[in-house]
Amino acid sequence: MGKKIQPTKTKMREQAPEERIHNNLEVPYGYSEEEAITEANRCLQCKKPLCVTGCPVEINIPGFIEKIAERNFTDAIRILKEKNVLPSVCGRVCPQEEQCEKMCVLGKKMEPVAIGRLERFAADWEAKQGNAPLLPKRKSTGKSIAVVGSGPAGITVAGDLIQLGYKVTMFEALHKAGGVLVYGIPEFRLPKKIVTREIEFLCRMGVELKKDFIIGTALTIDELLKDYNIVFLGTGAGLPWFMFIPGENLNNIYSANEYLTRANLMKAYLFPQYDTPIARGKNVATIGGGNVAMDSARTALRLGAKKSFIIYRRSRVEMPAREEEIHHAEQEGVIFKLLTNPVAYHGDGKGNVKFAECIRMKLGEPDSSGRRRPIPIAGSNHKIPIDVVVVAIGNSPNPLIPNTTKGLEISKKGTIIIDEETGKTSKKDVFAGGDVATGAATVISAMGAGRKAAKAIHQYLIDEKW
Amino acid sequence: MNNIIERKMLVPNIHLLTVEDSFIAQKIQPGHFVIIKIDEYGERIPLTVADWNRENGTVSCIFMQVGRSTRKIADLNNGDQIPTFVGPLGKVIDIDNYGTVACIGGCYGIGSIYPVARAMKKAGNRVISFMEARSSYLLYWEKKLRDVSDDLIISTMDGSLGSKGHNSDQLIKLLKQGEKIDRVIAIGCTFMMYDISEATRSYKVRTIVSLNPVMVDGTGMCGACRVEVGGDTKFACVDGPDFDGHEVNWDLLLTRRKVYVRDETVAEQVHR
Repeated sequence: MGKKIQPTKTKMREQAPEERIHNNLEVPYGYSEEEAITEANRCLQCKKPLCVTGCPVEINIPGFIEKIAERNFTDAIRILKEKNVLPSVCGRVCPQEEQCEKMCVLGKKMEPVAIGRLERFAADWEAKQGNAPLLPKRKSTGKSIAVVGSGPAGITVAGDLIQLGYKVTMFEALHKAGGVLVYGIPEFRLPKKIVTREIEFLCRMGVELKKDFIIGTALTIDELLKDYNIVFLGTGAGLPWFMFIPGENLNNIYSANEYLTRANLMKAYLFPQYDTPIARGKNVATIGGGNVAMDSARTALRLGAKKSFIIYRRSRVEMPAREEEIHHAEQEGVIFKLLTNPVAYHGDGKGNVKFAECIRMKLGEPDSSGRRRPIPIAGSNHKIPIDVVVVAIGNSPNPLIPNTTKGLEISKKGTIIIDEETGKTSKKDVFAGGDVATGAATVISAMGAGRKAAKAIHQYLIDEKW
Repeated sequence: MNNIIERKMLVPNIHLLTVEDSFIAQKIQPGHFVIIKIDEYGERIPLTVADWNRENGTVSCIFMQVGRSTRKIADLNNGDQIPTFVGPLGKVIDIDNYGTVACIGGCYGIGSIYPVARAMKKAGNRVISFMEARSSYLLYWEKKLRDVSDDLIISTMDGSLGSKGHNSDQLIKLLKQGEKIDRVIAIGCTFMMYDISEATRSYKVRTIVSLNPVMVDGTGMCGACRVEVGGDTKFACVDGPDFDGHEVNWDLLLTRRKVYVRDETVAEQVHR
């Protein structure tokens, strides 16, 4: 060693906040080749890399970074794709500060290696070269898998199993594949052409995609099992939570799912060129502190809000959102009303929301999530003028499949009960993973679950022991 | 991608749309709806199902041309394709032998009440069907509905056919005469369903209505279709769309349906 290591991450140029709130383009510009090589050279190439232990899909991180340092970008992306079917997605949305970068040895005394930015660089470089080369496929096994849901979990299962020689059909209820990648995460965080490209790659590999297909009604799981050996359920956590406080059904009060689906999937930000409208409030309040809340508050700015608020009942430290998203939201001028919670909404007499009535909170002892419990301060009621509200307090799994499938054990929270190591459900030949089993979580943890399930499915089809 | 077997206007601004979908055709039941999207730019809109043919694998809807999206469907022809035709969605309506069932339809709801009347008749009920429109030239499917009913009562606002007035006038007349009606199903515009629910309230006749809030996905993931029934918030797309008419907060439904009126007007006027 002995070489002097740059103590901070190589800076990645970003759109200025004042500019970017008026467009839907990505905030970071991505590394240039020189910047990527400079950053890659910060990696110590540890013999026992801790970063890999922080990665839910166990990417060979020093491996791909070494290739970048050698300017061998072809092999960098090849190594990445050995473990991650969606590197251009993960490089953009993974909470690296909680995962690989948190474990990075450099991070003890200086900033960790910018692993996420390097992953993004390698994936984007490949995309610029044209169609990605197909991965090799094993000889056909004659067995088939029905993947229900084309979100991160389903995509991972499909991508892994198609390479092992299985016939794979992916079913998607919506008219575009990608699940939360396409309806939930905004264009300015994850350009949809990236998702389209990744889905097209899967189809070029041989995965059959059936969109606009509702498993649970058009075909039940039992009917699928007549035509497929295995069913994998990756239907996500799409049922939005509301607070059920007075006035919550006034006009212009949205669940984050509706707000983001209108904006992202239905492209309401391009209304009237696109037919789906969305309320463009001047004062928009988003209730919640996670990534979805940040996405909603930032979408509101891009839709022309003069003021976009985050109303969150705990403090900054407890916010579950990715650090970079909170940071970008702050830069863009989102106003954070922390230790605040709505108790009712009041209308304008014509059915539209006009005020959010809120109370202040203080923090008490930690609750079951480990975070300090928010306690309302009596008598601290105050009104905030608001013309659009976005409720981003969480989701649970859509009950359609549990309600229409015999023998599928469900928890009290509505999640499908699975064996954590294999994804096996209580129903023979049915596996599950991702948000439908854990409740709302991250893209990468859904991919990790998909990876485990694919491995277990392959093993089960070989040794036939359930 | 679904093939259009037939798209034709039955009466001014009310169209029949028959689409090929073998999966939906096997599973479709009265009460179900489908979501349609016409092109890349289009909205997702719900249409209640009006008829189907399981052998041929086709599904039919009746729709009224009211705005941009329905105008786009109205411009399609036999042999064209619909990119998104999803279903079956919603809960199946309860069908049983109740005794005497009033099946009530108004404008686009006449189509939707037909499979309900048919199923109720098959279940052994005495079926009294009602249909209404502003004038006789706006009525359709009379023979179809009459064929599955014991009685068909027609109302027009101008009196050009049947009785002058509304379905509710004829229903109240029957109830006042002491006719024993065990259940009422009403499908059509919001005001008509509200009107029927109010008409039966004092007679304590169970009245089922098919609510028509704004929808986006139709599968239960967004909550756009929130309605209040019995004081609770429900998603019409997965908890309904059929609910007890006496429990519905009609004022809320009416205001929520108006939320995009201004945008809808803008959309209609934009050329592409």
